[in-house]
Amino acid sequence: MPLLQFTEKGIYCKRANVYIDPWKPVDYAIITHAHADHSRWGNKFYLSHHLSKPIIQHRLGQDISIESMEYGESRTINGVNFSFYPAGHIIGSAQVRVEYKGEIWVASGDYKLEDDGFCAPFEPVKCNVFITECTFGLPVFKWKPQAEVFAEINAWWRKNKAEGKATVLAGYSLGKAQRILQGIDPSIGKVFNHGAIEKTNEIIRNMGVSLNETIYVEPKMKKKDFEGSLIIAPPGALGSSWQKKFPAYEVGMASGWMKVRGTRRRESLDRGFVLSDHADWGGLNTAIKATECQKVIVTHGYTDIFSKWLNNQGIETTVESTEFEGEMNETAND
Amino acid sequence: MKDFVQLFEQLDQTTKTNKKVAALKSYFDAADDMDKLWTIAILSHRRPKRSVRTALLREWASEAANLPLWLFEESYHIVGDLAETIALIHPNLESKNDKSLSEWVQFIIDLKPLSDEEQKEKVLWVWNNLNEKERFVFNKLLTGGWRVGLSQKLMTRALAQHAEVEENSLTHRLMGNWRAETTTYHELIESSDPADQYSKPYPFYLAYALEGEPQNLGDVSEWQAEWKWDGIRGQIIIRNNELFVWSRGEELMTDKFPEFQELVEALPNGTVLDGEIIPFKDGKPLNFATMQTRISRKNVSKAILKSAPIVMIVYDILEFEGKDLRETPMKERRQILERMVKKQKSGTLMLSKVLELDSWNKLIEVRTTSRENNAEGLMLKRKDSTYKIGRKKGDWWKWKVDPLTIDAVMIYAMRGHGRRANLYTDYTFAVWDGEKLVPFAKAYSGLTDKEIKRVDAFVKKNTVDKFGPVRSVSPELVFEVAFEGIAKSSRHKSGVALRFPRIHRWREDKPAAEANTKEDLMRMLDDFG
Repeated sequence: MPLLQFTEKGIYCKRANVYIDPWKPVDYAIITHAHADHSRWGNKFYLSHHLSKPIIQHRLGQDISIESMEYGESRTINGVNFSFYPAGHIIGSAQVRVEYKGEIWVASGDYKLEDDGFCAPFEPVKCNVFITECTFGLPVFKWKPQAEVFAEINAWWRKNKAEGKATVLAGYSLGKAQRILQGIDPSIGKVFNHGAIEKTNEIIRNMGVSLNETIYVEPKMKKKDFEGSLIIAPPGALGSSWQKKFPAYEVGMASGWMKVRGTRRRESLDRGFVLSDHADWGGLNTAIKATECQKVIVTHGYTDIFSKWLNNQGIETTVESTEFEGEMNETAND
Repeated sequence: MKDFVQLFEQLDQTTKTNKKVAALKSYFDAADDMDKLWTIAILSHRRPKRSVRTALLREWASEAANLPLWLFEESYHIVGDLAETIALIHPNLESKNDKSLSEWVQFIIDLKPLSDEEQKEKVLWVWNNLNEKERFVFNKLLTGGWRVGLSQKLMTRALAQHAEVEENSLTHRLMGNWRAETTTYHELIESSDPADQYSKPYPFYLAYALEGEPQNLGDVSEWQAEWKWDGIRGQIIIRNNELFVWSRGEELMTDKFPEFQELVEALPNGTVLDGEIIPFKDGKPLNFATMQTRISRKNVSKAILKSAPIVMIVYDILEFEGKDLRETPMKERRQILERMVKKQKSGTLMLSKVLELDSWNKLIEVRTTSRENNAEGLMLKRKDSTYKIGRKKGDWWKWKVDPLTIDAVMIYAMRGHGRRANLYTDYTFAVWDGEKLVPFAKAYSGLTDKEIKRVDAFVKKNTVDKFGPVRSVSPELVFEVAFEGIAKSSRHKSGVALRFPRIHRWREDKPAAEANTKEDLMRMLDDFG
């Protein structure tokens, strides 16, 4: 019996009767991170990293039964040892290391290798079997260091400010928005946030994590309040009536999908910045090699292509279908 | 080429036309004449001919990136653009070399006579010496097929501002079959009077579709109505005892239509006619499919001349006895045209019939008979209108009949290109033949962005099988497919070919079992084919 198996409810450890990121309600769910497709509604018990817990509670209700632990800490259930290691994806994101009698599996959830200066950086974990995403598992996806991307964003914001315009930059509310907030140069101007992001920020600040200063976009504000400022918004807010309150502005989006010109163009943006919280092609390959695993299981993204590539490289790889939103989610949630 | 790459980025980064025009103007202000000439050529689809086979480019790119060819191909299906895929996949990051745009174009032209090996060496040298953005632009020059989201109209506007030439006159100068290889910026833009170049067509006047009721156009007596034919919009030029036939797409098609040669004798020099070229036999128009088989052939054979003879249905005269008539009111142009067409004895010119028009209601009735008359609808033109340049509202309107429609089941989906990259946007539709679904049309437009995203998600979740870039999906979604015409075809599995099929709407209310059948399609063929 494999230590972890893929069932219709999720990634399942039968010996411990525990699921990792289940997509249907179960008794015991270990959660890699607080994004909606990984921490779903309806489980009887949740175990997450400390920094994911308040976010999950905010999303799923204060009355859920949830406990949390630190990176490096572990919990043993029926002889199976579960521990967390940083995944570098978003705040509180963890790889789940599962060990039983010397056999080690790692379910990595979503991850990136570059240290974004905000969440705990990815740590490779040696294992026998590595379960990985491959949202950007194609050789065309190569990220630049984030310092270069933020230099581009800052230059664009400065230019817009000089022209008396506001700058609207889209990134999803949990993860990208905070990464942008901490990455930009706050001396350029005021930073406003859409309500969905401001709410997430409040939870993060309440956990004792400091964030740069932000102002919540309130209905009563006047157009000129926003002149020269940066407004961070979730992608879903673009093109909605919410934007009507702003003066002249330019719109940009920060996402890994911005690497492809066609995706960038169909969003009708002024600028697209290639900034992702997922590993790029090089990152995926590096991460897999670093685990020294004998087997890889790919769960979401360009799974057919990426598994064929790994098998050709002599790394035994299979595809398991899950309900994680790799290929589906497009720009909204990378 | 840094300035050209920067221009390209600026054009690509904005959706606002004013910004595009401003970016292009400031580029023209700084560029030298050779670069300006090539920029105009590239933006008006006059690139140098492709000098390297794309199959080779794919091979070299995957080899240089140390990746298997299949992985390159998979990446290409998702990126949806060959030049971009090569640019992204190549390992080099830094720019180490620069040439001007015109030097790069010359470099590309010079590749053509070289052997595969020599080409490879040169192309790899380029890829290794340019950064990602430059490499993309170079590859675009190399592979062609470039859309920068800048219409020729906007390009002309920017150039007019830069060169301080009047926009309409510039539009005329930029018409015809000039090549950057054989002209100069000065000759094209600054020196010559366009009328001196006797092969040059006039810019076409294009109509918008009529929105709402014709009553809104005002007094019916000020308007002229004609059938709108489905052929190739063309301009026939007789000057210096020579014939030139231009299509609306500015393609010189004289050789495709040898029938018109007799017009050199039949018409006076200094004549330019505007009309629709259609296949016409035994006193009636043939369908457009006949025309397509004819113009797709390299040589016009005797058999084709016999099976698909063409005529031009003329509706306007733009030049008479060497004089530009475009500012003359249409009713006067019409009189000149009528006299000229009646006088000549060739069988290849037919006068576009002016329809009796004593009330708008009468016209509404006439329009419903369009299909029986093999027309796609009506044209409405103001009698005192001048002949304008490009698509303009106000004086000319096209008023097509509603398209034919059929409810069909989506059975295959393919990823799109360009703006639709990495989304399943190109669908194949089928109708029921008993228990089986028979594919009969492909269509890729007509849905909103939101609908496309939902269909894309459906395709990814409901894939039955994959063949390269194509997925077969479980037959569940029903769409109303609209088309302009239907014709018998031996080349299509279903036995029919459709004209301009596109998605009219998504029938979310209909289960697949209630889609139309092959019989329904055959009935349409009988009625309208």
